Amino acid sequence: MEDCEGYIHSVETAGTVDGPGMRFVVFVTGCPLRCLYCHNPDTRELRDGKRVMASELVDEIARYKDFILRQGGVTVSGGEPLFQQRFVTSILQGCKAMGLHTAVDTSGYLGALVKQSLLDVTDLFLLDIKAFDEELHQRLTGKKLAPVLDFARHLAAHNKPMWVRCVIVPDLTDNMEDLTRMADFLAALGSVEKVEILPFHKMGEPKWQALGLNYELSAVQPPEKEQIRAICELFRGRGFEVV
Amino acid sequence: MKPAATHHPHEFSASLKGKAHNMNLPPFFGSAWKRHVDVRDFIQTNYKGYDGDSSFLAPPTARTQELWNEVLALMKTESTKGGALDMDTSVISTITSHAPGYINAALEQIVGLQTDKPLKRALMPFGGLRVAEDSLAAYGYQIDPKVREIFTRYCKTHNEGVFGAYTPTVKKARRAGIVTGLPDGYGRGRIIGDYRRVPLYGTTHLIEERKQQMALLDDTINEETIRLREEIAEQIKALRELETMALSYGHDVREPAQTAQQAVQALYLSYLAAVKEQNGAAMSLGRVSTFLDVYFTRDLESGLLNEEQAQEIIDHFVMKLRMVRFARTAEYNTLFSGDPTWVTECLGGVGEDGRPLVTKTTFRMLHTLTNLGPAPEPNLTVLWSQRLPQGFKDYCAEMSIATSSIQYENDDLMRPYWGDDYGIACCVSAMRIGKQMQFFGARANLAKALLYAINGGCDEISGEQIAPDFAPITGDVLDYDEVCAKFDNMMGWLAGVYMDALNVIHFMHDKYCYERLEMALHDRDVLRTMACGIAGLSVVADSLSAIKYAKVSIIRDDRGLATDFKIEGEYPQYGNNDDRVDNIAVDLVEQFINKLRAHKAYRDAVPTLSVLTITSNVVYGQKTGSTPDGRKKGEPFAPGANPVHGRDKKGALASLISVSKLPYAQAQDGISNTFSIVPEAIGKTEKDRVTNLVNLLDGYFGRDAHHLNVNVFQRETLLDAMEHPEKYPQLTVRVSGYAVNFIKLTREQQMDVVHRTFHRVM
Repeated sequence: MEDCEGYIHSVETAGTVDGPGMRFVVFVTGCPLRCLYCHNPDTRELRDGKRVMASELVDEIARYKDFILRQGGVTVSGGEPLFQQRFVTSILQGCKAMGLHTAVDTSGYLGALVKQSLLDVTDLFLLDIKAFDEELHQRLTGKKLAPVLDFARHLAAHNKPMWVRCVIVPDLTDNMEDLTRMADFLAALGSVEKVEILPFHKMGEPKWQALGLNYELSAVQPPEKEQIRAICELFRGRGFEVV
Repeated sequence: MKPAATHHPHEFSASLKGKAHNMNLPPFFGSAWKRHVDVRDFIQTNYKGYDGDSSFLAPPTARTQELWNEVLALMKTESTKGGALDMDTSVISTITSHAPGYINAALEQIVGLQTDKPLKRALMPFGGLRVAEDSLAAYGYQIDPKVREIFTRYCKTHNEGVFGAYTPTVKKARRAGIVTGLPDGYGRGRIIGDYRRVPLYGTTHLIEERKQQMALLDDTINEETIRLREEIAEQIKALRELETMALSYGHDVREPAQTAQQAVQALYLSYLAAVKEQNGAAMSLGRVSTFLDVYFTRDLESGLLNEEQAQEIIDHFVMKLRMVRFARTAEYNTLFSGDPTWVTECLGGVGEDGRPLVTKTTFRMLHTLTNLGPAPEPNLTVLWSQRLPQGFKDYCAEMSIATSSIQYENDDLMRPYWGDDYGIACCVSAMRIGKQMQFFGARANLAKALLYAINGGCDEISGEQIAPDFAPITGDVLDYDEVCAKFDNMMGWLAGVYMDALNVIHFMHDKYCYERLEMALHDRDVLRTMACGIAGLSVVADSLSAIKYAKVSIIRDDRGLATDFKIEGEYPQYGNNDDRVDNIAVDLVEQFINKLRAHKAYRDAVPTLSVLTITSNVVYGQKTGSTPDGRKKGEPFAPGANPVHGRDKKGALASLISVSKLPYAQAQDGISNTFSIVPEAIGKTEKDRVTNLVNLLDGYFGRDAHHLNVNVFQRETLLDAMEHPEKYPQLTVRVSGYAVNFIKLTREQQMDVVHRTFHRVM
């Protein structure tokens, strides 16, 4: 295992929403996307993070092994983990050596750069598809959609399990036609195990204000429960486990 | 000379064995419990473990619903009347002081009230007249002048005894708040009668046993045996009074109970006798569910009961436990807020032979949280073991998530100390039931002691010299070694004053406010512990860490006292699984218990220590100046052994692991930790939440942690409940070691709960 230095924002020792079971979550810094609803805007800039060695983190994770070995694991989130691929690979190599389940939470935008060595040590990808319309994706994130979908196909070709996550923002990402096309696309991939429908929330807004950034979605309200239920049904109709 | 060993009566009278035949019930197994009083042996030889799930449980009967609605209506009136529905001003409460009282006699399956009316608070002046008077005054009542006359002219109270004997130093330390919450004006509590003995043996046998024990002391008369003889005489009187009180309700507790209904009724009446006689700070129930299950199982198998009827008896029993009330002063309520009674019942655990002690009645007891809704009492305490059946673990987690009404304590950790028939008094204090008691000692304020060490024994708030005139720190920047040396001295002084206070208190309590009935339900010779406690552990650990790893300068006021501190640089904080500071906390616990062990305790009690504050962390904080960790004057301490809120930055596991490092061997009176999490942060689906919580408990207790309160709710719910209490009559919150009805907390304590670390997702 090659040790390597990287930048992290923080760790959460008892994460339960980023992959199966109870997980040690590492939030790395640095992200190429600028999502309008980003709830961790304080992780966007790589060098705002704290410098640590991958081996230090692995040592720290080892101290929680008894809690996360049986039904949980380790998730690298961010920020964008693929932004620091060597660092993340090094952390996850250490985790696999301990027998832990590993996951990477990514937008997939940098997927073209992903190496086999990272795939080898990642049990699960949490793929965040921000929008299924090219123009909307560009508007919402500042970047193209195509690389994301290419990465999804790449993971499927390698038979890598995926949980796909979509944030439902009213009047922005709740178009049923787009969502139907996404459901069809995901169904065709074959290695998507689960779809997570995440209702938009504004918990990140205070962080934007603290950073002096303009939060464009201030006026948007969280989606209605009924609407979320209908979207979940759409994906269930394609045979996915939906939460 | 030492009293002779406990006498074991021979065989039981024929009545004990024979009566079951009259109802065609099969006899119970075993022989040892028939030869001597040995409830544990009865349980071990007769209980049937249950390793299934909760699907067998029955909903409330129509009778239960109707009765509970009447109780809820009474509780609502109690709340709108400012906290007390009615109070006795002239009848002095004893076991037999009141005529029978009922809620609705036609519906009640288990009967018995503390006074003649439901929720009417009894008058109990033996602990202290002032507290009795002030409690009445707190709700606009006045004591009958005749009662005042009796207790000033003819009869002495515990409180009067204590204050006659306190030393000037104890009085000063008490006034300054470096020792607080001392049970010197009311009942000490924290004694658990083995209430199971009454249904199992009947009082006739228990009295006979005591008489034989008395006879063993006939030839050895000295101070010790005279005291014991007097106590036994009082215990016999109390058992007789219990018989009389039970008969007034139409129940005969002289002979053993036959059916489950009789067993629950007899057990409850014995407990009732205790709460009619004592207004102890904590009046715990013990460990009754698995014992009672033996009767329920026999009745169910014999066709005397069906599941609905079994649940109904438990529901009605629990209803009564939820209605226990004591008159408390406003001052008491700010310290231990929410009208707690600590009717603690222990559930589960594993026997010494490895068989889980989980039965269907264990489930039935937890199921009252569904049938009657969440509630703080009885204080349901699950004794967690890695070896509990999965179905039970899952059910506990499910009920915790739904009601936030359960606390967990580590059975695998405690069993080697206390066996498999211990109970929990109050919040976290384990004791072998019927074989052990404790002298409740509240707690010493370690954070204030640290400031005394810096200020040479002067109180940072009043400026008064409280501790002896030790040399203060004169430099401007705090030096770790210097502070540690002075603090060690100060802890030595504090332990001495503290032990002096407790020795006086318990000497006088035994003399003027003896727990006759509770002690009648113990073995003659019991192990006693002197249960001391500390508050402010995390504040002191962080303060010492700041002094060691950052630069802490003193800011002195015009009296020359250190009243504020400037911190430069970062320092490791307790609650992040960082050994640098966690080890400081571990050392503090060891240091202080060793200081206490240097003193002799009354009646040869063994000194123990708890890291538990209940809700007094708020009041302690109010009485303590700014501390070197950056906490400002008046700000609350963290409750119990919790990290200071907001400082545990690495999430729940790191926080839990820090607390798990505190050594139970050095804090055998318990280490309390309160864990609050929003539902979304414990998992996405109901199933995930249960799995994750079970894993978390297994992991935490697998590291020899002692105790965990589990709260699962949104902060927003609490804020809404503060504004609209009427919408949340049963909202229950676990605080340090017990649960409270959230809307009954003071505003300051509500804010303290709201500000605590809520583990949530990023």
